[in-house]
Amino acid sequence: MHASDALTEADRLMTVCNSCRYCEGLCAVFPAMEMRRSFGDGDLNYLANLCHACGACYVDCQFSPPHEFNVNVPKTLAIVRAESWELYAWPGFLAGLFRRNGVAIALITAISVAAFLFLFMRAGDVAMVIPADAPASFYRIMPHNVMAGLFGGAFAFALLALVMSLRNFWLDIGEPVTTLAAPKPLWQAIRDASTLRYLDGGGVGCFNADERPDDRRRFYHHLTFYGFLLCFAATSVGTLYHYLLGREAPYPLWDLPVVLGTLGGVGLIVGPIGLARAKRQRLPDMVDKSRSGMDVAFILMLVLTSVSGLALLALRSTPAMSGLLALHLGIVFALFVTLPYSRFVHGLYRFAALVRYAREREVHR
Amino acid sequence: MTHASVDVLVIGGGNAGLCAAIAARRAGASVHVVEAAPKFYRGGNTRHTRNMRCAHDSATEILSGPYTEAEFYEDLLRVTQGNTNEDLARLMIRESKDILNWIVDQGVRWQPSLGGTLSLGRTNSFFLGGGRAMLNALYLTAEKLGVTFAYDSEVVDLELEGGYCRAAIIKQPDGSQRIEAKAVVAAAGGFEANIDWLKEAWGPSAENFLIRGTPYNRGTLLKMLIDKGVAEVGDPTQCHAVAIDARAPKFDGGIITRLDCVVFGIVVNNRAERFYDEGEDIWPKRYAIWGRLVAQQPDQIAYILFDAPSLNLFMPSLFPPIEAPTIPALAEKLGLDSAGLEATVSAFNTAVRPGTFDDKVLDDCRTEGLTPPKSHWARKIETAPFYAYPVRPGITFTYLGVRVDGDARMQMADGKAAENLFAAGEIMAGNVLGRGYAAGIGMTIGSVFGRIAGREAASHARQ
Ligand SMILES: Cc1cc2nc3c(=O)[nH]c(=O)nc-3n(C[C@H](O)[C@H](O)[C@H](O)COP(=O)(O)OP(=O)(O)OC[C@H]3O[C@@H](n4cnc5c(N)ncnc54)[C@H](O)[C@@H]3O)c2cc1C
Ligand code: SF4
Ligand code: SF4
Repeated sequence: MHASDALTEADRLMTVCNSCRYCEGLCAVFPAMEMRRSFGDGDLNYLANLCHACGACYVDCQFSPPHEFNVNVPKTLAIVRAESWELYAWPGFLAGLFRRNGVAIALITAISVAAFLFLFMRAGDVAMVIPADAPASFYRIMPHNVMAGLFGGAFAFALLALVMSLRNFWLDIGEPVTTLAAPKPLWQAIRDASTLRYLDGGGVGCFNADERPDDRRRFYHHLTFYGFLLCFAATSVGTLYHYLLGREAPYPLWDLPVVLGTLGGVGLIVGPIGLARAKRQRLPDMVDKSRSGMDVAFILMLVLTSVSGLALLALRSTPAMSGLLALHLGIVFALFVTLPYSRFVHGLYRFAALVRYAREREVHR
Repeated sequence: MTHASVDVLVIGGGNAGLCAAIAARRAGASVHVVEAAPKFYRGGNTRHTRNMRCAHDSATEILSGPYTEAEFYEDLLRVTQGNTNEDLARLMIRESKDILNWIVDQGVRWQPSLGGTLSLGRTNSFFLGGGRAMLNALYLTAEKLGVTFAYDSEVVDLELEGGYCRAAIIKQPDGSQRIEAKAVVAAAGGFEANIDWLKEAWGPSAENFLIRGTPYNRGTLLKMLIDKGVAEVGDPTQCHAVAIDARAPKFDGGIITRLDCVVFGIVVNNRAERFYDEGEDIWPKRYAIWGRLVAQQPDQIAYILFDAPSLNLFMPSLFPPIEAPTIPALAEKLGLDSAGLEATVSAFNTAVRPGTFDDKVLDDCRTEGLTPPKSHWARKIETAPFYAYPVRPGITFTYLGVRVDGDARMQMADGKAAENLFAAGEIMAGNVLGRGYAAGIGMTIGSVFGRIAGREAASHARQ
């Protein structure tokens, strides 16, 4: 007995695939499946999070719909995956955020932006019109320590929630903690994740609209992911500047935080938009339509973060600065606090699943 | 009726048809492929395949060791018991070496042998993603080269006289079409999905056969060609048939209804009697005889019986085995006579000699004083729970075909060569495969003769 219809269907499919195995060379999911003969909920959740949704096993399957066996691995695993995120969410009472994710994230963002605007207004009219090139003008609107405290707090909460969720996942799939500290699987997983090894349909590129492969999704995902990392690096460098060197934002255009942030910001605009477009073109049969709100919400949050950040950079010496700052901070704050309840978590669980897969490969060799 | 014309018309969009289309197009001809099935079911049986047998002189990245032409030919002689055309067989084997690379140039990708098929790691090359991936790659390449396709397009008539084919009549959902062609390649598969035809050859028992592949290989083209004077080759009862799960659908159940557990237990018919040595030889060598054996049993059904220790020794399959705590309870579930089944099992158990069980080799676990014997892997069936799989004959593909020469050109019944008619794949498999089977040879026949047929058809069209 499985906990949901999707898990029951996934069990059926894995039984079909295990008697077929034709897709074994396409990705990590099928070899991982072959190491098992029966599939509990934890096994299926593991396999689902290991799947990169490249679509190859759908267009390559002789039993995909309209065949009566109705084998649709990408879609079924997408549903199982999304359901598992809800299951792992910490604290548990926030799991519901996954259900109406688009609405939830929109609301939280709106509230967050409004709160920042309100705080800024309270800081008084004077602050609102200080030009940015006056020293430390960002922090005249909002003292650096307040800003750091607020965001540090949001970040710490997100981190804690993510760690606890990951723990739930790890317990569910029944893997010992020690695996996460084993250097070889960890390194293998870092390589597989950073290259998106399994988002290539077994070598030709992933599949979107039909049985013609193309690799655009991997490209756009790279832009998004590395854009995100660059933005994160920009913030980290800025923080180091502030505390170690005593240099305060705003920084000149050529300075590291600005350069990193700009590059990352561009990636975070082009990447998510490309992904959203690819998603729209995908064969509808392969997609878990009921969860598209979650995808859209996360993509929008990334784009908004980036657009507002770049706008802030461009207009920082104009009167629009403080309004934009409030907007940007509001969005970033919302992005942080909702990370553990957004599409973001796919990366976390997929990475963890890759670590486990690398370990299993070692053992089964 | 609409009209069209083309240099080379390829009938059937499977491996053979696509290899022919690509080769003809590369040789400069305009090519149109008509496929009876809708797009999803294109490439009938090719969709279900996983590997191809090609000769090669040394190990490759995906093949664990050399497989020489001589060895391939010996294997073919052995499985067909000499029922092969030596010239064509040797030609096919020679060409298969180059096909290993040619097919990759057409976009097909290889991988090492699949889990559970280690015995084929040296001789057979496996398609990455399976047969449908292979087929998708061929379609993509053909499309890029400018080959055109029509689905839901069955050839229902040929304007064929004296070995010359002027045009084909195609039935489509919204009417019919007459396509004139300078040369025609017939690659429409066998007739395994035509139950009436199977009944002509096998008698009424064919009603109980399951067809493992496409419902669209009904042999319409084959029949047409033979009726219009093309020479036939092979025997209509010869085919590849295995014992598959009786619960499989009538058509298109594919590979996943296969059962690899005969050697681990005993097989009884619906009289609860054994009828053949389950341990005669290692399974890959005996896999393809059990379809025929079950076909000869009453009502064309049999049951593979085994006990708990064997449950996980073989590849999983689609349906779970039927399970019961005792043999009589199992008999009841299967609708067999309990006393009869108990007697059969206990007679078997008594005959089992002690030995050291090893399913990788011909071990010394055998029966004594039992008819038929079980020569290897005989272990008492005594540990509950007990399991059974009901099995029926599953027809993979038929061998009766049209006779061709080394240019894949059809031969007429009067002994002359056809002028512009070529054939490849299942529809001419009987030329090299008179009986028996060696895994992966169906695709070899399709690719090798497909490429030849395409090339020759293009060259004829350009004259
Ligand atoms: C489950 C299964 C597994 C198999 N595995 C392997 C394997 O691993 N290796 C191997 O070598 N062989 C395997 N075989 C055998 C292999 O499938 C065939 O030998 C091979 O596919 C034949 O190729 P083909 O192009 O001749 O025929 P097909 O691929 O069957 O193509 C014939 C096409 O012709 C079309 N057609 C039929 N009649 C008409 C008409 N009148 N007009 C227009 N179109 C028509 C059909 O719709 C079909 O698409 C397997 C078969 C099955 C069923
Ligand atoms: S997705 Fe289809 S082709 Fe791939 S392993 Fe599963 S059943 Fe086989
Ligand atoms: S969609 Fe891609 S990654 Fe997911 S199971 Fe299928 S082939 Fe593997």
